[in-house]
Amino acid sequence: MEPLLAIRDLHTEFRTGTGIVRAVDGVSWDVGPGETVAIVGESGSGKSVTALSVLRLIAAPPGRITSGQIWFDGLDLLQLPPEAMRTVRGGAIGMVFQEPMTSLNPVLTIGRQITETLEQHRDLDRGAAYKRAVELLVMVGIADAARRLKQYPHQLSGGMRQRVMIAIALACEPKLIIADEPTTALDVTIQAQILELMKSLTRRLGVALVIITHNLGVVARYANRVNVMYAGRVVESGLAGDIYHHPQHPYTMALLRSVPRLDRPRQARLDPVEGQPPDLTRLDAGCAFRPRCRFALDACAEARPALTAAVVPGHMSACFRAEDLAILGEAA
Amino acid sequence: MSSSPAPPLLDVRGLRMHFPVTEGIVSRRTIGEVKAVDGIDFTMQRGETLGLVGESGCGKTTTGRCILRLERPTAGAIIYDGIDIAALEQKHLRPLRRRIQVVFQDPYSSLNPRMKVGEIIGEPMKVHGIEPSAAKRTARVRELLHVCGLNPRFADRYPHEMSGGQRQRVGIARALALEPEFIVCDEAVSALDVSIQAQVINLLEDLRAQFHLTYLFIAHDLSVVRHICHRVAVMYLGRIVELADADELFSNPLHPYTQALLAAVPVPDPAFESARNFRPVQGEVPSPINPPSGCVFHPRCPISVTACRSARPDTHALRPGHFVACTEAG
Repeated sequence: MEPLLAIRDLHTEFRTGTGIVRAVDGVSWDVGPGETVAIVGESGSGKSVTALSVLRLIAAPPGRITSGQIWFDGLDLLQLPPEAMRTVRGGAIGMVFQEPMTSLNPVLTIGRQITETLEQHRDLDRGAAYKRAVELLVMVGIADAARRLKQYPHQLSGGMRQRVMIAIALACEPKLIIADEPTTALDVTIQAQILELMKSLTRRLGVALVIITHNLGVVARYANRVNVMYAGRVVESGLAGDIYHHPQHPYTMALLRSVPRLDRPRQARLDPVEGQPPDLTRLDAGCAFRPRCRFALDACAEARPALTAAVVPGHMSACFRAEDLAILGEAA
Repeated sequence: MSSSPAPPLLDVRGLRMHFPVTEGIVSRRTIGEVKAVDGIDFTMQRGETLGLVGESGCGKTTTGRCILRLERPTAGAIIYDGIDIAALEQKHLRPLRRRIQVVFQDPYSSLNPRMKVGEIIGEPMKVHGIEPSAAKRTARVRELLHVCGLNPRFADRYPHEMSGGQRQRVGIARALALEPEFIVCDEAVSALDVSIQAQVINLLEDLRAQFHLTYLFIAHDLSVVRHICHRVAVMYLGRIVELADADELFSNPLHPYTQALLAAVPVPDPAFESARNFRPVQGEVPSPINPPSGCVFHPRCPISVTACRSARPDTHALRPGHFVACTEAG
């Protein structure tokens, strides 16, 4: 099946006082229609910058997309003129960000923020836009929609605000929603409500979802496919089940081993990923994970391994020792 | 509760912390109260780690701040090693501050950006006058850095030159500087990346064993709490709804709120997650200004009965050492 979104060899960099940061350094992945894909990684791994690059929301300067292609529904987004990009952003691609308090306008009512999107993208008049806004709020589970539309963001709880963000993202019947840490700022019971809501709505409406998160549990519960990022690159990519049960990259393995788990007996001691995250201004030619890696070879200092499927089709790892690790994983 | 005859190091009884809600600028009127902590009881033995879990606004941080006496409680007793510190005057609190220290959540805002790491860690010793000699203080700072897994050379760096995990180690070294016996860890690992979080958790466990520390571990991440704590108290809207040994609480949660909280946590296993039929608990946490009558959880509770709307449930032991504030549980 033709992918809905296809990112090819994307490079995005930032000029900083201490040098050039290659925040996204040759990233490629696809999202099929109606599919849920997770991008997992820690602070500075480049997951949010990838998403912002897709939306062409990288602030320039200091940021710049230096090369690559982003195909969405037959369009190369990086070649689109700004006006055409504006119709995609918030139209065919909806967005949900982490902090609903800062991504909603504090001086506009909820209603105005939803109808504005509809008037911009759908050419609806005020009356029709208002009617649609009420529908949308009901759809995202906000009771008493007519009253809520008159309220301002500060009058809503965090969970309620994120529901409004989802309503705005869905307003123009998008084909894709990009959600960047949509529930990180929320409490766990509210996080569960919001994620269930996103899951049921995207399934019902056939919308594809890219969910960016650092939470390995959220990925396991919601994603079909997973891309694991480290230091600006995708280091492992595949079906969620393959990644979690048969990881083939030392970083993924270490990450999964380091978290305490409620579904297993209590360990005497956690097994952390040793060392510190890399300084992106000082990366060398070798694999960026090498200094923290238990399996590193001399060859790992020479070149960065490419992301390839060594063992199972569709399950890719950027590690010279992916085959060894696959055997090790089976034995464990 | 425990068969050990030793008196508890900390005994919290009927603790309440109500904050006034005011209106008006010129003439302030009190128009209500936020009942941040509304009558909680628990004890802690020396060397024990007690987890305090719950969602935003449940009162877990306020409880910690009361024990640190950064707040003066509205009512109740905080008996620390035999002395009620709930109402002590500031001047009498000083010796206590050496014994009870804190590690905060955010290693970015809790370290002074204009001070070098060595000054940050050395300052408590200076303030309390326990190491007047600068040379000895420097040596002690280097030792503390080493104990916390940092290179002693870091003493000459500024916080902004360090990663989040390194900064949190500095925060821990500062808390240890006065050789305390009790540390309030307020979301001490919550802001850290997954790969760094495990390092800091291991460090906290090593230090607990090495210096015989007692931790009040305030956190919202239940899997971390289960790992590090001996016993766990679950708070909701200013009250403790359940308290038990960590293993007992997580394998046999009895309060409907604890059950909802545990079900809401996704575990990193796609097969497990697709097999479990998850339904999130409905509704949101009500305002602590006007909490629901009776049991504060009744509006969201799947098993509530009419009586829950009017009567506040007593806390009772459903099993040995397993306390629940619910009439319908079990």
